[in-house]
Amino acid sequence: MKSQILKSISADQLGVGYSKFPVVDNVSVSLEPGALLVLIGTNGSGKSTILKTMAGLLQPIKGHLEILGQPTGMLPKRVAYLPQHPISTHTLPLRVHDVVAMGRFAHLGLFRRTSQLDQNIVIDAMKRTGIETQANEPIRDLSGGQQQRTHLAQVLTRRAEILLLDEPTAGLDINGRKLVAELIASERARGVTVVMATHELQDAENANTVMLLAQRVVSIGPPEVALRDEYLRECFGFTQPH
Amino acid sequence: MFIEPFVNNEFLRLALAGGVLVALTCAVAGTFVVLRGLAFVGDALAHGVLPGIATALIFGVSGIIGAAFGSLIMMAGVSLVSRRFRLSGDTAIGLLFVGMLALGVMITSRSRTFVGDLSRILFGELLGVTSRDLISQVCALIIVIAIAIIARRPFLLLSVDEGLASSSGFSVRLFHNLMLTMIAVTVVASFQTVGTLLVLGMLIAPAATGALFARRISTMMTVAAVVGSFSTYVGLLVSYHFDLAAGASIVLTAVFIFAVAATYTEIIKTIKIKQSNEHEHQHSHSGAHIR
Repeated sequence: MKSQILKSISADQLGVGYSKFPVVDNVSVSLEPGALLVLIGTNGSGKSTILKTMAGLLQPIKGHLEILGQPTGMLPKRVAYLPQHPISTHTLPLRVHDVVAMGRFAHLGLFRRTSQLDQNIVIDAMKRTGIETQANEPIRDLSGGQQQRTHLAQVLTRRAEILLLDEPTAGLDINGRKLVAELIASERARGVTVVMATHELQDAENANTVMLLAQRVVSIGPPEVALRDEYLRECFGFTQPH
Repeated sequence: MFIEPFVNNEFLRLALAGGVLVALTCAVAGTFVVLRGLAFVGDALAHGVLPGIATALIFGVSGIIGAAFGSLIMMAGVSLVSRRFRLSGDTAIGLLFVGMLALGVMITSRSRTFVGDLSRILFGELLGVTSRDLISQVCALIIVIAIAIIARRPFLLLSVDEGLASSSGFSVRLFHNLMLTMIAVTVVASFQTVGTLLVLGMLIAPAATGALFARRISTMMTVAAVVGSFSTYVGLLVSYHFDLAAGASIVLTAVFIFAVAATYTEIIKTIKIKQSNEHEHQHSHSGAHIR
């Protein structure tokens, strides 16, 4: 008897876009638990649109997309999404701890009280992202990099099976980028599937699958295949130094 | 001079009670208006009730019922134009807002007491607050607090990012409309006191003052409630002693408190930056000595 592995994410001939205007067409990909898919492309290439569709914020225009065997948007407790530049927190009177704790709202719903377990998860996420010493500071007083770490901690508190990260390394220095790589590796080690959008080619180093985008799928496959010079030239107009 | 007017004058006592109730309601709703950046929508809602109130006054019905109808129509309009039309949100809402305002003025112009009615709707009639009005205002306060407590989590997520709210399992449309409902209830309950034109000042100025100092939403709401209530007291005193319009005096006091608070926080920030720079300068000097 053939054993069946439940796919974390399964897209077949997927078309994504806004109000029936396609941004990227014919996306086909299948990810197993613990996989890392990196979406690379220039601004407007469709990276964020694919992530938003996977998060259930946009409906697929055509084709088929399943997340953990369900249509998108059905499993908020099991799928966590980090939006690109949630800048409104720059002015909000919220402490770092409160912003991170917002990650538990998907589990708490409207009425459930925060438990000790929820508190522990929040503290653990702040420690993992190195912001526990700033827990009581207003987020608007932090640097861009520290704010990004706060949002990463918020995503970790979801304890989700799928992480959809839109440019998680934006605004981070070398240490911050290293931290993101380590966090992704540790999440994958416990079976979490990660989809990450980025501009940076080095973010693709540890990916199982890389998708190069330019309002269409230029290439898809393991990094050594998807990032060949001819595809990079087609996508960015340059090749990476050897 | 500070307490005596309220002891000897029942109109002033009722006005103070009504003003404080409005201040408390506005503190709760205004906090989310400021957090979510809905000031313009709040303004549009405040003016959108004008045709409803004007129609109600002409037919001799309670202004509150007219305002409720007006706000329902405006909320549906704001919700529709924000979703359907290919215009920026503020253009669509701006058009709706002036349209409703013009309609309200047109309807009011049919009244024999046109100027008096229009002035009452736009600027309120605080000294005309009755015990029945107070009961309506208490009901509005309870409704607004109940909405804020039940929807506090989705409201917070919406203030940070709509995508975050949606991916956390909360319907953006449902909770956005619930927030508009909360603002509409506040406007309907407040127009008698400060008028549709000035209610925005009570929604925004105290909450914005709270945002300057607070690190938590609950603190921001508390500061807003204190500033709003204090502005009501000071505004009424100013109005009483100098024979000025009560609603305008209250709103101007709230805006003045915000201006003072903003100046204070800017000065403190500048001093802190200066001290931090001097500290770094001293460190770099001591480093040079070690070398």
